[in-house]
Amino acid sequence: MATDRIIGIDLGTTNSLVAFMESENPVVIPGEDGLNLVPSVVALDEREQIIVGNAARKYLIETPERAVYSIKRLMGRGVEDIQEELKLFPFRLADDILPGEVLRIKLGDKTFTPPEISAFILRQLKRNAERFFGVPVTKAVITVPAYFNDAQRQATKDAGRIAGLEVLRLVNEPTAASLAYGLDKKQNGIVAVYDLGGGTFDISILKLHDGIFEVIATNGDTHLGGDDIDNLLITIALNDIQGDMGMDVRRNSEAVAKIRKAVIEAKIALSSQPSTKLDVELSDGKRYQREITREQFEQLIQPVIDRTVGPCKQAMKDAGLKPEQIDEVVLVGGSTRIPKVRALVEQMFHRQPHTGLNPDEVVALGAAVQANILSGGSEATEDMLLLDVTPLSLGIEVAGGVTDKIILRNSTIPASATQYYTTQIDGQANVAIHVLQGERELAKDCRSLARFDLRGIPGMPAGMPRIEVKFLIDANGILHVSAREQRSGKESEIQVQPSYGLTDEQVEGMILDSFDYAEEDFRQRQVIESRNEADTILAALEKGKQSPAWGQLTSDEKKQIAKMEKALIAVKAEDDYQAIRKAIDALNIGTMRLAELMMDSAVSTALKGKTMDQADMGEAPAAGHPVAKADFK
Amino acid sequence: MRAAHFCSACGKVQPPLPVDYFTFFGLPRKLHVNVVVLEKEFYELSRGLHPDLNVLQDKREQDWSLEQTSMLNDAYRTLKDPIKRTQYLLRLEGIELEEQSKSATEKARATGEVKKQVVPPDLLEELFEMNMHLEELRTLKKQGEDDPALLEEIGKQKLELDEKLDAQLEQLKGYWHEWDKAVDSSGEEARKKLLGKMVDVLNRRNYIRNLVRDINEAMEQ
Repeated sequence: MATDRIIGIDLGTTNSLVAFMESENPVVIPGEDGLNLVPSVVALDEREQIIVGNAARKYLIETPERAVYSIKRLMGRGVEDIQEELKLFPFRLADDILPGEVLRIKLGDKTFTPPEISAFILRQLKRNAERFFGVPVTKAVITVPAYFNDAQRQATKDAGRIAGLEVLRLVNEPTAASLAYGLDKKQNGIVAVYDLGGGTFDISILKLHDGIFEVIATNGDTHLGGDDIDNLLITIALNDIQGDMGMDVRRNSEAVAKIRKAVIEAKIALSSQPSTKLDVELSDGKRYQREITREQFEQLIQPVIDRTVGPCKQAMKDAGLKPEQIDEVVLVGGSTRIPKVRALVEQMFHRQPHTGLNPDEVVALGAAVQANILSGGSEATEDMLLLDVTPLSLGIEVAGGVTDKIILRNSTIPASATQYYTTQIDGQANVAIHVLQGERELAKDCRSLARFDLRGIPGMPAGMPRIEVKFLIDANGILHVSAREQRSGKESEIQVQPSYGLTDEQVEGMILDSFDYAEEDFRQRQVIESRNEADTILAALEKGKQSPAWGQLTSDEKKQIAKMEKALIAVKAEDDYQAIRKAIDALNIGTMRLAELMMDSAVSTALKGKTMDQADMGEAPAAGHPVAKADFK
Repeated sequence: MRAAHFCSACGKVQPPLPVDYFTFFGLPRKLHVNVVVLEKEFYELSRGLHPDLNVLQDKREQDWSLEQTSMLNDAYRTLKDPIKRTQYLLRLEGIELEEQSKSATEKARATGEVKKQVVPPDLLEELFEMNMHLEELRTLKKQGEDDPALLEEIGKQKLELDEKLDAQLEQLKGYWHEWDKAVDSSGEEARKKLLGKMVDVLNRRNYIRNLVRDINEAMEQ
C-alpha cells in the first residue's frame, strides 16, 4: 500500500538523505532544490522558523549564533563527554544545564536538545518524501554508526519520534552499505566495509551467503571523521592569521565560519588536484591567502586517518580473519574520496578497495533496501536478511568496581543474558544494578548506561531471594531489562533510562513543540487532522443513516444533510484545512437533530434492557461533536 | 526433534519454549556437532524467526519473534564454539565451572580477598616462572627499557603455551567421542567420570589461556 511506504534515512553528521525502493532498485529522493544531499545544518531565522539543509547554510556564516551543524556528535552524550568537542566546534550550550540532564543547544535565544535538532532534519527528509509520493509518510528505517552506544541509538530513535516517524529499525551504516552493495553484486564471500564519514568511523566485516548478510565483527570510533580534518586545517589558518597578520579571529565566529567553508573546499579540491589556494576575506578588506599542496595536506592528516588502523585490526582479529581472507573492501563515506585514505585502506587490506558506489549515497540506498525487506520484500530483496551484531560488550558492575561482561561485543543481535542476584542483609527490599557498555575491565572506564534499583523484593533473610534479571539487546541494538524475584514469582519490568536519555513525556512534549517552528508543518498537521475528523463524522453519518432515527427526519432535512455531506467530501480532497473545518462544523450543526433522535432511541433501547454497547452510542454523530469542537491552536 | 518454533497450521512464529540449546536446534545432547550443518540450520531458522521479517505482525508476535531470535542467536553462539559448547553441556549436567575469569582476579585484587585458587600442581612451576618474566618485562617497560633476550624467552614460552592449548583441545575432543558414545549406552557412573575429566581439562586450559592473555597484554603495553 502506498500509504504504508517505509523510507530509508541516512542521518549523517554532514549530510542527510532519504531513499526508497522503486520497484527493484533503491533511489534517493531529491529535495525541493533538486539536490539529493540535505546538509545536516539547522538554523532558526528571525521569524523563529526552522530552516534546514542548503537553505540553512548561509546562516552558518551570516548569523552563526542562530545555526548549528554536526549535531550528530552530541547525540546521546552528556556535558562531561563533550569537552573536547566544545573546544573544536562552535556549539553554544544552554547556560542552565544540570548535571545528568540532556544537553541543550542555543539557536538564537531558544534552546533545543540534540534529538530535537536531528528531528528538524528528519522532518525535512520526511517532507521531501511526502512531496515526492504525494501521501503522508510515517514509517522509516534510520541508519546509525555501527559503533553508536545504547544512549546514542536511543537518542536517534527519539529524534525519529519527535519528527513524527515510527522508527521500525535502526540499521548500522556500514551494514546498510553492504546491503546496497550486495543487491548490486549478488556474490557470496567476505566483505569489509570501511566507512569514514563526516564525524564517525566504522569498520564492519560481513559474510555474504545466499542473501544472508551476517556481520562477523565491527569496530569504530564515533568521533573520527572529516570534521577532524577540517579542524586541523582551521587551526593552521587561525595560527597563520595570528602569526602573519597579527589578528586573533578565534572569537570571531563569522570569520571562523568563513575559514571553515574555505578549508572544506580546499580539502575537496585536494582529492583531485596537486595543490590549491585558501582565500578568505576577513574584516576590513584584509584577506588570508595560502597555498596548500597535497603533500602538505597528506602529512597533516596522517595522524587522523591513522586512527582508523586500530579499529580495522581489532575487527579482523575479532573476526578471526587475515587480510588475504577478505574478498572485497567497500568504501563508504565522503572522506574515503581522499586518495591518502584509499592508499591506507589498500595497504591494510592488501587489495584495491571497491569504489564503484557513490560513497555519499550508498548508506541511504541500503537503508531503503532494509525498509523494503521490513515491508515484506520484493523480488529483488526476497532472500535478503541482515544479521547484525552489538558493537560493544554489555556488562554489569560487580564488587570492587569491576565490569562483569554478560554479552560480548560482536554477538549477533537480538542477544540476551540472564543474571541472578540476591540480598546481603535481612529484609533488604532493593538491589542496585549498574549497567555498563564497553570493553574496559573497570566500571569507571566503561560507559554507564543506567543505574537502577530492583525494588519490592519480598522480605526474606539475607541471601534468600533469587532475583532473575534478563538483559536483552534488540535488533536495533537497544537494551531492555526485565527482572523477577523467583521465590515469590513476583515479576517487575524495569525500564532502563539511559544516563542522558529523554523520558517518554519529554519526547511527547517535543513532538508537539516541533510543529511550532515550521508554518508548513503546522499547516500540514491541520490538514491531516481535519481530514481525520471529516472521516470520523462522515462514518458516523453513514451509521446514522442506517438507524431508525434517520426515518424520523423530514425529506427536507435529509436533502440538507446530503448537500452538506457532499460539500465536506469535496473540500476534504483539497489542502485547505480551514474550509474542511468549516464544512465539518456545518455538517455537525446540520446533523444535530439526527444525533438527538439517535440519542433518544439509544436511551429507550437501553431502558428495554439492552446494554449501552449494543445501542452503539459511541459512534453516533453525537459523539463526533466534541472532537470537531476541540481547540487546535 | 527440533523445538516447535512455528505454528504448524499458519507458519507464524510461536512463543519460545523453555528448552536447552541442543533441543532448540533439534540436536541430541552430544558434543560432536557438525558446524556446517548447524550454520545452515541457523540461517534457515533466522529466515523465519528474525524480527526484521515480523515487523508487520501484531505486537505479541513481534515479542515472540524477538525472544525466539535472541534464543536462537544465544544457542548458535554457544554451540558453534567447541569450548563454549563443552562448558554449556557441563552446566546442563549440573556442574558449575570454577570461576577463573579475569574479573574474579580483579575483584580479588580490589577487595583484598584471596581468590580461591587450586592451580594444578604440574602447572605451578611454569606459571610462577612466566609471571616472574612478565613482572620483569613490565618493570623494564615502565622505565622505558628493553631486553631482547627476555622478550625472546617470553616469546618462546608463549609458543609452547599455544601448543599446549591445541593439545588440550585435542584431548577434549577425545572425551567428546567417549561422551557421545556414553550418552547412548554407558551408565551414570561412567558419564560422571567423563564429566570430571572434561572439567579438569577446561580448568587447566583456563590457566594457560589467562596466561597467554597476560603475555599478550604485557607485550603490547
